Amino acid sequence: MISSTIGIWNYWIVFCLMMIGLFLVIGRKNFLKKIVGLAIFQTSVFLLYITFGKIKGGTPPILNESIDTIYSNPLPHVLILTAIVVGVATTALGLSLVLRINSEYGSIEEDDVSAQDLVDYHDDIETGKNFDLKFKK
Amino acid sequence: MIDILIKNLPIIVVLCPLMMSLFVVLIPNIFFSWALTTLSTFLTFLFSILLYQEIQIHSHISYALGKWIPPIGIEYIIDKVAIIPIIIISGISFLATIFAYKIMPEEIEKKSISKVYSLWLLAIAGLLGLVTTGDAFNLFVFLEISSLASVALVAMGAHKDKQALVAAYNYLIIGAVGATLYVIGVGLLYGLTGTLNMADLTNRIADLNNNRALIAGFGFMIVGIMVKAAVFPLHIWLPRAYAYAPSAVSVLLAATATKASLYIIARILFSIFENSENLINNTLLFVILPLSLLAMFAGTIMAIYEKDIKRLLAHSSVAQIGYITLAFAIGTKASIAAGFIHMFNHAIIKGGLFIAITSIGFYIKRRVTINNLSGLGREMPITFFCFVLCSLSLAGLPLTAGFISKLYLIKASISSDGIWLAILILISSALSVVYLWKIIEVMWMREGKKIVKKENPTIYISLIIITFLNIYFGLDASLVVNGSFDAADRLIGDLK
Repeated sequence: MISSTIGIWNYWIVFCLMMIGLFLVIGRKNFLKKIVGLAIFQTSVFLLYITFGKIKGGTPPILNESIDTIYSNPLPHVLILTAIVVGVATTALGLSLVLRINSEYGSIEEDDVSAQDLVDYHDDIETGKNFDLKFKK
Repeated sequence: MIDILIKNLPIIVVLCPLMMSLFVVLIPNIFFSWALTTLSTFLTFLFSILLYQEIQIHSHISYALGKWIPPIGIEYIIDKVAIIPIIIISGISFLATIFAYKIMPEEIEKKSISKVYSLWLLAIAGLLGLVTTGDAFNLFVFLEISSLASVALVAMGAHKDKQALVAAYNYLIIGAVGATLYVIGVGLLYGLTGTLNMADLTNRIADLNNNRALIAGFGFMIVGIMVKAAVFPLHIWLPRAYAYAPSAVSVLLAATATKASLYIIARILFSIFENSENLINNTLLFVILPLSLLAMFAGTIMAIYEKDIKRLLAHSSVAQIGYITLAFAIGTKASIAAGFIHMFNHAIIKGGLFIAITSIGFYIKRRVTINNLSGLGREMPITFFCFVLCSLSLAGLPLTAGFISKLYLIKASISSDGIWLAILILISSALSVVYLWKIIEVMWMREGKKIVKKENPTIYISLIIITFLNIYFGLDASLVVNGSFDAADRLIGDLK
C-alpha cells in the first residue's frame, strides 16, 4: 500500500498542484491571484505529461549501439513545449487585461469591479445617462 | 498549378487567414487593411467552396501535414462532417468582414484598427484549424489560437465601454480552464494508447471498454470542449463577451465561435469514442440531454427578462446551442442531421440578428437597450425589415430557415419515441416569440424621437445577403438537409 502510494508520488504532486490551481481560480476574488492560479493549474498538466513520458531506467531517445536500451518517450516533452508557449501567451494576455482593468476601475478586486459595473449597467438601462459619454470618448 | 492547389486545399484554407494576418498588421491605412482582410476572407470562402466540391467527389480527404504519414504525423481530415462548419465559418466571416468596414472605426481607435483585423483573421484561422485537424493535440493549439484572439478582440470593446475588459477577462479565465481540462483528457488518452491521431485513437480504445483512465479522459475532454461551446451551466462567459465586444466582433463570434466547438463535441461523441457505446449512451442520456433541456429553457427565460438587446441575443444563443446539443443527445441519425441543420441555420439567423442590432447601435450612437428602440422601425425600414425576418426565422415560422431546423428536430425526436421532447421543444420556441415580440413591438408600435439620417448601404448589404439566405434556405433547404444527412451518415454510419 505504502510503496504503491510512494511509487506514484509524481501523480500525487500533479494532483495537489492541480487542485491548488483550480481552487485559486475559482475561490479567489483578486484578478491577479486568479491568473497565478491558472498558471499553477497549467503547470500541473505539464508535469502530468512529463511523467507519462518517463519510464523506469529509460534513457534519452538517442540512438544507441546496444540493443536492449530502454528509451523514454520524447513526444510528451515536445507537446509540453507547445503547451508552455500557449500557457505563457494566456498568462501574458491575462496580466495585460488585469493592468487595463486596474487603470480603468482603480481596483482588481472582483467585488469592487462588479459593484461599479452594476451601477453602470442600471444607469444604462434605466436612465441612459452614461451612453453618450461612454460611446465616444 | 491548379492541381497543387487542389491537393493542398485542407491546409490552404487554414493558412490563408493565418498568413494574411501577419501582413494586415503592417498596413496602417484603415481602408487597405480592411480590403486585405476582405480579400483573404473571400479567398478562404472560395477555397472552402472548392473544398466542398472536392468532398462531393472524394467524400474523405486525408492530408498529411509536411508529408509525415499519419498516425505519426499530423493529419488534416476533411470529410462530409467537417465541411459544414468550414463553410459556416468562412462564409459568415466574409460577410462579417464586409459589415465591419463602417462599424469598426466608430468603436475602435484609428491606430489599432489594423491590429484588430489581424486578430480577426487569427481568430478565423484558429476556428478553421479547429475543424480541419485530425490530431487531438493540434486541436488544442488551434483552440487556444482562436480563443486568445477572440479574447483580445472582445477586450478591444474597452474603448467604448470598460466592462468589455472584465468580460474579456472572464472569457480568458474560463476558456483557459476549459482548454486545460481538454489537455488533461488528451494526456490521459495518450498515456493509455500512445497515439494522438483521432482515427488511430478510435481503433486503439475499441477494446478498453471499462478502463477507468479512458472514462476519465473522455470526461475531461468533453467538459473542456463544452466550456468552449457554452453548453448550459458552462455558458457564463458568453453573454457578457458578446454584449461588450465591438459590434463587428459580436457578429463574428456569435455566428461562428461556438459552432466549431459544437462540431468538436459531435466528433468526440460519435467519432473518437464510437466504439465505447455504453459510455457514450450514458453520457448522452444523463448529461447532455438534461443540460440541453435546461439550456433551452434557462436561456430563453433569461432572454425574456433582459433589457440589453445584445445580451438578450446572447442568452438566446445559449438556448439555441441547447437545441443543437439536444439533437446530438437523442443520438439517432435523423437527430444528428437535425443538429447540423440547426448549426448552419443558427449561424445565419444569429449573424443576421447581430448585424441588424449592431447597425442600429451605429446609428443611435448608444448601447442598444429596449427603451432606445422606440419607434425606430419606421426610420430604418431596411434594417428592421431584415431584423423582423431573422426574428421570425429564429422563432421557427414556416418559409424561413429556422422552420426547417425545428421541423427536422421535432421529426427526429418523435421518431425516437420522444414525444415529450417534441412538446418541450415547441414550448421553448413559443417562449422565444415572447422576447422577439417584445423588441418588435417597441420598434414599430411606439413613438420615438427622430435620430437617424439615412441608412448606409455598406452596412446593410451584408444584412440583406444574410436575410436572403434565411429565406432561401427556408424555401429550398435541400442543400443543407442533404449535407447534414451525409454528415450524420458519416458520423454514426450504419450503427443505428
